[in-house]
Amino acid sequence: MKAVYGLFATPELAQHAVDGLRQAGIAEHDITIQSSEPLEEYEFGSRDRHTSMPWIAVLGGAIGFAAAYFLTSITQQAWPINTGGMPIVTNWSNTIILFEMTMLGAVFATVLTLLVAARIPGRLPKFYDARISDGSILIGVADLKNIKKMEKVERALQASSVGIQTVGIN
Amino acid sequence: MRRHAANSNHHSLTADLLRPVLQTSTTFYVITAVLGSIVLAGFGTWFYQIYYGIGVTGDNWPVFWGFHETNFVFWIGISHAGTLISAILRIVNATWRRPVTRCAEVITAFALMIGAMFPLIHLGRPWLAWWLIPYPSERGLWPNYRSPLVWDFFAINTYLLSSLLFLALPAIPDFALIRDTTTGWRKKLYGKLSLGWQGTPKQWHRLESAMHLMALAIIPIAISVHTIVSFDFSMAVVPMWHSTIFGPYFVVGAIFSGIAALNIVMAIVRKVLQLEKYLQPIHFQNLGKLMLAMSLLWGYFVFNERLVTWYGNTPHEMAALWSTQMGRYSPLFWTMVFCNFILPFPLLTIRKLRSISATVIASVGVVIGMWLERFLIIVPSLSYKGTPYSWGSYMPRWPEIVIFSSSFAAMALLYLLFSKFIPIISIWEMKVGEHPEIKIAAHVQEAEAAGELP
Repeated sequence: MKAVYGLFATPELAQHAVDGLRQAGIAEHDITIQSSEPLEEYEFGSRDRHTSMPWIAVLGGAIGFAAAYFLTSITQQAWPINTGGMPIVTNWSNTIILFEMTMLGAVFATVLTLLVAARIPGRLPKFYDARISDGSILIGVADLKNIKKMEKVERALQASSVGIQTVGIN
Repeated sequence: MRRHAANSNHHSLTADLLRPVLQTSTTFYVITAVLGSIVLAGFGTWFYQIYYGIGVTGDNWPVFWGFHETNFVFWIGISHAGTLISAILRIVNATWRRPVTRCAEVITAFALMIGAMFPLIHLGRPWLAWWLIPYPSERGLWPNYRSPLVWDFFAINTYLLSSLLFLALPAIPDFALIRDTTTGWRKKLYGKLSLGWQGTPKQWHRLESAMHLMALAIIPIAISVHTIVSFDFSMAVVPMWHSTIFGPYFVVGAIFSGIAALNIVMAIVRKVLQLEKYLQPIHFQNLGKLMLAMSLLWGYFVFNERLVTWYGNTPHEMAALWSTQMGRYSPLFWTMVFCNFILPFPLLTIRKLRSISATVIASVGVVIGMWLERFLIIVPSLSYKGTPYSWGSYMPRWPEIVIFSSSFAAMALLYLLFSKFIPIISIWEMKVGEHPEIKIAAHVQEAEAAGELP
């Protein structure tokens, strides 16, 4: 299996290449884009924006709240200390623990969602190019099976890239 | 031409910000050794205190809380500089925040770690501290969830974990950058730390969404932490502690001292790591304005707290109050007022005076003043409790002073080591912030090339 990618010096050129690949009939999900900074002001950099992360954070918060409630109430009932006529399960003072664990649950859920959605930790793909860190933008297509398609991709990338690379991946 | 302008700007930015990580001078080793020795002296003193007992400190009846607790509250306050300020600036999308955020977040992480050490240091038998951790044990020892110390445990750990994640996540793309630009052991180490970061649009979006959500969560967490630290005092019926304004008073004081610490750290980092191009006067001016607002709020709270106590006129509270206004603690009190209000007010109000040096002078004053404030909250109140036969005084002994000094050395050492391994200014965030400038620079160059500019 082959992969072809080009490196582009500016986001405008990268956008041009992405448009060219689309015109060549390459499906959106087959186009790989990598950059050393977010480029959300460009169309190609603003794909995959939709995320359920806020709702998952809320769910994480709810789990944290429930865990805190059970931790405090079960502990207090298991070792009932009557202090100053206060109830055994002191919900008012437990609010602090409930709040902290709710927030911690939300934070953990957010981080977990990031790790899963962004697939980190993970391995670098074989066609990763370290020159991305110099400011270049990588636009490429992995999983190229037929030669005709590969030529089209190379033409689309050749037009404006600083150089294209064909690598074998398995 | 434009491509050239953008790339050369990126190269110079990356080279400037990676220089401290990739180049090590002899001075670095000397400073590390000096700071490390002071920290070791602190640990040695702590072991001495454990071996001979807490009696070697100045803590004695009726003042059982002295320097160690002052340091605890002080460092937790300093921790408010970072993550809270960074989170607020992220949410309001303040573009000038970019060089400041990581400098600030690091302060939070280390100040919290140092601050959280002090309750342990103050324990006679610190190896039993894990009894605070809530889990069902066969000894039948359950944590008392009504205790402010258990609230502290939850609040500080929540803030510490959130702050560490808030600091670590945006460092991943910078680790990837170091991975791609280095060789040998650095490539291997940063390759592992970068967790296979590729920089796809999906990864960038998720990272930014996560940072935004965490910023929203961290603001209430940070406020809760110092409110809960204030509960350590205000939940007790001790003169001048049992006050409803202690929560906001502590939060304001914490942000105040936090900004001051941030200004000092930024000035040192700027000079030592030669980052003048990135940490500019505007950053000090903006933080200076914020510090001025906090100074005014702090003054308001101090006046409020003292006026209400004076109006109440209960004998033991008046004894504690007068000891700070005209008695044995008054030199400390008036030094505090000078450092926190009289010194910063003109330096930060008059625009001509608001230079980097003036902001740093004001900040040093505030850090000293806020440490004194913590001391004056704790010690005079314990010296004059409800029963006059138990009135007493407190004087620190050498173990407390050594441990106190070593905590500052620990902060400096941890910060130094951090900036050696991780760029102290987020490189990718700076690149994002440079987009408009690059565009302007490129347009100017194009115009120059076309002969449109004189």
